[in-house]
Amino acid sequence: MQYRTETKRVKGLGTAKHGFGHWWMQRLSAVLMIPLGIWFVVSLMTMESLSPDALMQWLHNPIPALLMALWTITVVYHASLGLQVIIEDYVHGKAMALTLLTLIKFAMFAMVVATFFSLFKLVS
Amino acid sequence: MAEFSLPKNSKITKGKYVKAEGATNIRKLKVYRWDPDTGENPRTDTYEIDMDNCGPMVLDALNKVKNEIDTTLTYRRSCREGICGSCAMNIDGTNTLACTKSMKDCNDTVAIYPLPHMDVIKDLVPDLTHFYAQYASVQPWMQTDSVPLPDAERLQSIEDREKLDGLYECILCACCQTSCPSYWWNGDRYLGPAVLLQSYRFLADSRDEYTGERLEDLEDPFKVFRCHTIMSCTNTCPKGLNPGKAIAEIKKLIAERHAL
Repeated sequence: MQYRTETKRVKGLGTAKHGFGHWWMQRLSAVLMIPLGIWFVVSLMTMESLSPDALMQWLHNPIPALLMALWTITVVYHASLGLQVIIEDYVHGKAMALTLLTLIKFAMFAMVVATFFSLFKLVS
Repeated sequence: MAEFSLPKNSKITKGKYVKAEGATNIRKLKVYRWDPDTGENPRTDTYEIDMDNCGPMVLDALNKVKNEIDTTLTYRRSCREGICGSCAMNIDGTNTLACTKSMKDCNDTVAIYPLPHMDVIKDLVPDLTHFYAQYASVQPWMQTDSVPLPDAERLQSIEDREKLDGLYECILCACCQTSCPSYWWNGDRYLGPAVLLQSYRFLADSRDEYTGERLEDLEDPFKVFRCHTIMSCTNTCPKGLNPGKAIAEIKKLIAERHAL
């Protein structure tokens, strides 16, 4: 038996006074993914060949390379925000939640770095 | 993790079947029963109802069971006209008020359960203590700093008063609150649709001077932003209100605070 009033439980640790930023960036990244996604799919569909050589040549141009970087980063960023919500919603063990949230952040950074490194290697 | 299956002692067993002798126009009520004093698992009892001798609403059928068939059946009810919110329960899979739900709009066997994902006190009576404390936490009364004139009321234009339409009608029955999956998983911290609609009722009130303080207290990853616009709340509201929209309006006000 824990002697706590319901008001004590509801007030808890108080308000975090943030949360809007996450919500807003998730929507902004979603909106940005619409034109970038269309560009990505249309580009691949209109290419004459999808051979590694042709793709390398395509990414040698600055605009496809930059858009590709932006597209990948937006997807990774949006995915990390979304996964964070899923974990906050469903994972209620504090240790497990903290571990997963940390791993997601690390994975996001790693994927952004990998994106830049790959593109840099392709164009250099 | 969030629990997706019922714990062992909450698994529902099959209860008794009570026939209506001599009746010709029969409907059936399948009702969730749980008695805290017996230590037994919950069960569903099925009662045949003689509709030739019963009122038109689900609450009438429940009253008939309680008055004539099984006096141990426990549920909340009071006004029997959809204004007190006491008889909120899950009927045929949807949270609604038993008193305004017609038997004609139900399945042949009407399945009746308490509001979902709440602790059950007995039978169809859920424990709403946490919900009421959450309601109190948003300070659902008008707050002002200015000193009111001693000889006048606080005036409100007709247009401003209209902004409260669709908000003031909420009777706090908790149908929306307990239909929200986000509230099921995180009800300890997420305020839920009913409480947020009530909070917005005072954010939208032209006479209230504590809009900023209210928004400051609401902005939290859990208090408001657990709402993922699932819209079960709006879908289920027996009063036809739109808590989903009220939450969206709160998010818009928070956005405005951040100079967007």
